[in-house]
Amino acid sequence: MRRTLFEGITHAALTEAPPRPDEAALAELAANVNRAARARLGRSLSIRQVDAGSCNGCELEIHALNNAFYDLERFGMRFVASPRHADVLLVTGPVTKNMREALLRTYNATPAPKWVVAVGACAVDGALFGGSYAVVGGVKDVIPVDLHIQGCPPSPTDLLKGLLALVEACSS
Amino acid sequence: MATSDTHGLWAQAIGRLADGECTLLGLWADGDVVHMALLDRGCRIDRVSYRCTDGSYPSVGASHAPALRLERAIRDLHGLEAAGSPDTRAWLDHGVWPTSRQGAAPADYKFLPAEGEGLHQVPVGPVHAGIIEPGHFRFTANGEHVVRLEQRLGYVHKGIESLMRGADLDRAANLAGRISGDSTVAYAFAFALAVEAATQVAPPARAVALRGVASELERLANHFGDIGAICNDASFALMHAQTSILRERVLRAAGACFNHRLMMDVIVPGGLSRDIALDGPAALRTLIAEVRKIFPRLVELYDSTASLQDRTVTTGIVKPEYARRFGAGGYVGRASGRDFDARRDLAYAPYDRLRFDVPVLEAGDVNARVWIRIREVEQSLSMLEQLLDSLPPGEVRTVFTTQGASEGLALVEAFRGDVLVWLRLNADGTVARCHLRDASWFQWPLLETAIEGNIIADFPICNKSFNCSYSGHDL
Repeated sequence: MRRTLFEGITHAALTEAPPRPDEAALAELAANVNRAARARLGRSLSIRQVDAGSCNGCELEIHALNNAFYDLERFGMRFVASPRHADVLLVTGPVTKNMREALLRTYNATPAPKWVVAVGACAVDGALFGGSYAVVGGVKDVIPVDLHIQGCPPSPTDLLKGLLALVEACSS
Repeated sequence: MATSDTHGLWAQAIGRLADGECTLLGLWADGDVVHMALLDRGCRIDRVSYRCTDGSYPSVGASHAPALRLERAIRDLHGLEAAGSPDTRAWLDHGVWPTSRQGAAPADYKFLPAEGEGLHQVPVGPVHAGIIEPGHFRFTANGEHVVRLEQRLGYVHKGIESLMRGADLDRAANLAGRISGDSTVAYAFAFALAVEAATQVAPPARAVALRGVASELERLANHFGDIGAICNDASFALMHAQTSILRERVLRAAGACFNHRLMMDVIVPGGLSRDIALDGPAALRTLIAEVRKIFPRLVELYDSTASLQDRTVTTGIVKPEYARRFGAGGYVGRASGRDFDARRDLAYAPYDRLRFDVPVLEAGDVNARVWIRIREVEQSLSMLEQLLDSLPPGEVRTVFTTQGASEGLALVEAFRGDVLVWLRLNADGTVARCHLRDASWFQWPLLETAIEGNIIADFPICNKSFNCSYSGHDL
């Protein structure tokens, strides 16, 4: 263990320079994010992830945000265990009919001001799963969405660009 | 593979399952026919079918418990009753579809009873505390000790099998690749093999080898993720940080090779949708060297950290008898003495020409499931090297047209266990019916047995050591 820890001190960090915030996301957020809410939250955001029906591909890449290369916490963002602690809901998946109620309850349990980020192609409009008897559609068909991050799944860099745009919009 | 429609063979098959002579691989419906796939001791796959004349068929679950949830799903999705089943509750149906049955709503769902002094219930989910898929766990506990765990799944049911109906092969392959994102390669592989079995198409040699490369990369990425996450659930964050780096390196190498980090939509019927990038093999050699340098040190760290071992050794034991009876695949089965790996025992290409060992342990605890993964990482590295050393040149896709209606079945070893795909194609090449069965179907019930007598606080580590798929199960 000592050798591993020692190397951590002597080797250069793996953490990479942040990407620039996504321009399209900044534009979408400028229209959506309330100015009063920005003042209250500053640059620190607590994120609650909700899988509303995904294939778990998006979850894998959201997990990767915590690894040494992307290190999400350096930007003041962290994942929390309860919607009651959250400022942001990061929602994945086409919303299934079986998860619709749970998503609504999670949204209602999140204190205002709050934002919803829909992650992945399915969360935008249901993608491949649209039209199924068991699927409602995109996240916006159930709760209001402030930002969409595209991709199947979005790469950690895509996720970071979107989330940095959110921090930017919240603190400007 | 034998297909039959006589009721005598159905009863005989149930008897063989109940006697432990063979393993249940799948149970699904197609119209008014119920199909059962069996694996016998010689690793031969049999299929037995039953045509329902009055909307019901003799229950398999009545004498062979692993079939129970599959029968409940058949009832929810196809309306066919398993006559004589001891459990007729809804499973995937939560009472909110246009086709929902009466009494399927969560409020009407009766969890199995547990009686005794001082027992209390702890409901968990469907929304959990981590970045994880949704499902409901109902614990009945005496103080800290779990007396009974019962799962309620189906929250991420997307109706995938109904979306498959009538889909052309491209769309169906895309859907197959999104059954469970962590096993996208394995599902695409199994789907392609089933189509190729139905249409008698042979993919080019280069595609066959690269399918092996993609499959082993997927296994490596998931095993690294799991080993770290299990240790993290024992609050040993150092291991998680280190294996997360290895996982990221695997995904980056996969992205460099196939232009997608999870390698979605790379394997298609007839071969691959794209060849490996020119500098792909070199990126993989670098990856293998890096893993060989770092991983042994992490294994030593795992093995020599007493506080970590204290949490994993003797925790969440799956009895070998249960693993055998449920036909538990992957590390869940192999950590409990079930010596089965589709790569070796069914020897589908390219595994028919690779040298590898299948690690098997008997202890059945969290620790054993970690060690199976560790040993499999070593085997996957060796397999990758063998594949790269003899990568055939040439095309990666055989163009083909379907001729007439046909059927195909395939079993592929995903990182968590065997994935079964059965399909029936229409004469025009569209999918008439496709059934995909995740390894999780036969692992989830064993998690209920593994947690019994453990404390609730050890549930996350037990759960992570299984890492069952919710989406793969719920479909």
